[in-house]
Amino acid sequence: MTAQVITITSGKGGVGKTTAVANLATALAMDGRRVVCIDGDIGLRNLDVVMGLENRIVYDIVDVIEGRCKLKQAMIRDKHYPDLYLIPAAQTRDKNSVSPSDMVRICNDLRADTDFVIIDSPAGIERGFRNAIAAADRVLLVTNPEVSAVRDADRVVGILEAEEKGNPALVINRLNPNLVKNNDMLSAEDVLDLLGIQLIGVVPEDETVIIGSNRGAPVVNDTKSRAGAAFRNIAKRLQGQDIPFMEAGQQSGLWNAIQRLAGRK
Amino acid sequence: MNFFTRKRSAASAKERLQLVLVHDRTDLTSAQLDALKDDLLKAISQYVDIDPDSVRIGLERDGRTQRLVADIPLRNVSRHRAG
Repeated sequence: MTAQVITITSGKGGVGKTTAVANLATALAMDGRRVVCIDGDIGLRNLDVVMGLENRIVYDIVDVIEGRCKLKQAMIRDKHYPDLYLIPAAQTRDKNSVSPSDMVRICNDLRADTDFVIIDSPAGIERGFRNAIAAADRVLLVTNPEVSAVRDADRVVGILEAEEKGNPALVINRLNPNLVKNNDMLSAEDVLDLLGIQLIGVVPEDETVIIGSNRGAPVVNDTKSRAGAAFRNIAKRLQGQDIPFMEAGQQSGLWNAIQRLAGRK
Repeated sequence: MNFFTRKRSAASAKERLQLVLVHDRTDLTSAQLDALKDDLLKAISQYVDIDPDSVRIGLERDGRTQRLVADIPLRNVSRHRAG
């Protein structure tokens, strides 16, 4: 089997891209998949700390590109899942040290022995973003139910259309069910209607996410975390499973009630 | 903040975004859209009699497609004038 390359992007910064990459990659590894994640944010390396692997870095992606090490040497094995790896970003200031063709070549080298390559795109729509989408078979767009994040997400959808990458699948992150219930937050339906693309998951706002990144342990490991459950569901959808949105038992009773109010159930 | 203003913030976010996204996607500013409407009306007025006040021209979204939609009622003209 040859790997599927999935790029996670957002336009706006701070909406939860890196958290989504760490959690989806871990959830896929929990399901027995061979996963390599690549931190595409050159100069602003972060996926390593969110995954708790910052002390294991010897080589990074620029070392691979510039021939200072072999690809395998830059792949850091996860602490818990032996088939989960991270290729860290370089902390160099030279944004031009990676090109779209470098990303395509690295991903192609990974395809044979991997099931999923997950690329963490930097915020923005410039060089790093272009690098991150260059090799993508599929793009996941992360947004928050908030005006600036949705507007930037729409720009990214437009660029992906122009680049003939097709429409991305939407992850609505940090949805606060109480605010939605009080009509003080855009609902998942509102965001979908505005952006006009397919949904792949809704992740509720959940303090366990911050606790998880404090510890360098993605919340998909926490069976009680609602955000963790949402990310595990997205990982199953990425593997082609038909997981109903807001399945009973996966989310709290309150969450289910809100989804019924919003007409999703 | 009273009950009614609280109720409306999600709705207001959606309305504002709908407008902003249409302009972002078409790369048309409100001023350009107004100019477009004026030019359209001028062109149409050369052929038919219209009441500018009842004309509605605007951008509408249909999924990810934008449409320029115009509703331009024509004034009735007595038939014998044509003959």
